[in-house]
Amino acid sequence: MKYESLSSIEKDALREIGNIGAGNAATSMSKLVNKKIDMQVPSVKIVGYDEMMELIGGPEETIVAMLFQIKGDVLGTVYFILSLEEAEALIKKIINEDDFSFLNDEESNEMAISALQEIGNIVTGSYLTALSDFTNINMQPSVPYLSIDMAGAVLTVGLLEISQVSDYAIIIDTRISSDLGDGIHGNFFLLPEPETLPKLFHALGIKTDE
Amino acid sequence: MNDTKTIVKVGIADLNLVTAPDIIRTSGLGSCVGVVIYDPTKKVAGLSHVLLPDSKLAKQANFNTYKFADTAVPILIDKLLKRGARKYALKAKIAGGAQMFNFTSTSDIMRIGARNIEAVQLVLKENQIPILSSDVAGNVGRTIEFDPSTSMLKIRKVNKDEFYI
Repeated sequence: MKYESLSSIEKDALREIGNIGAGNAATSMSKLVNKKIDMQVPSVKIVGYDEMMELIGGPEETIVAMLFQIKGDVLGTVYFILSLEEAEALIKKIINEDDFSFLNDEESNEMAISALQEIGNIVTGSYLTALSDFTNINMQPSVPYLSIDMAGAVLTVGLLEISQVSDYAIIIDTRISSDLGDGIHGNFFLLPEPETLPKLFHALGIKTDE
Repeated sequence: MNDTKTIVKVGIADLNLVTAPDIIRTSGLGSCVGVVIYDPTKKVAGLSHVLLPDSKLAKQANFNTYKFADTAVPILIDKLLKRGARKYALKAKIAGGAQMFNFTSTSDIMRIGARNIEAVQLVLKENQIPILSSDVAGNVGRTIEFDPSTSMLKIRKVNKDEFYI
């Protein structure tokens, strides 16, 4: 199935998937930080590799990314992406350590990183559970993999499977943010593998030609 | 007339050429490998941002040949020769091929960094181009910049000082 030839109904369906997933994720995030979390309407983008990096500030931008591989009946990759400052702000809230910084000593980093992985686990878990319930398709997230590095380096990992079949990636991008102006935004990137898209559409009652 | 430096940027699964005083760069190499091939005397250089090791992985009819080490590097060499580089004088410097996530799965695609490095080394060897220096593997992203007038490759990593190889 070619990404470039997705119909608008198919794109709408993917947008709805992003909506449901991130809605659920925003709720769990909100419970974690005890703040209201808002969610933007998801966008479905079909982008070249370089464009994908531009979506979050360019290939050299340092990001904090948690990657989950989706196993089960639909295959793909989910990223939960925070900027360095956002991740620090989030960690400060969770571990109650106001002077936390990623550049500090390693000991507190270890705890912070495991806290962050746990947040990612909860938030992304609820994202995928919502998708799985809605589509009735079995999707299991892997354990979280965390990397703090250049966007280009981190995000190409999610492209490896896709890049064997396509020069484009489909990204269901949803942004969540807290309303108190403390700068916590997170981006969910859902990258379904092309072969499993028809299965996803079929579950949603959309007929595809292939 | 032309003494201002232009930076030519190379995207993912792309390649390009420069002649001094211009410089060429690619950003955010993770498991990808940046292959610089140059003729030090003619001061012409090419850079390829290789995403995958082998075009046999392609499941497309018309795939992008710049994406794979085994197809991109010969094209890069060919373009350099057309630009006036001499085959026997060609040298290479490479960087990248990291493993960004510590995956527990042993699937081949997850150790793509190491496979990219091997594939690049092989195709350079087949073309008898010596690798003069390299900064590969590890688990960090790299941005690289090559200056054909000095033949030096500048490498930047997150939270590290820039250095040259």
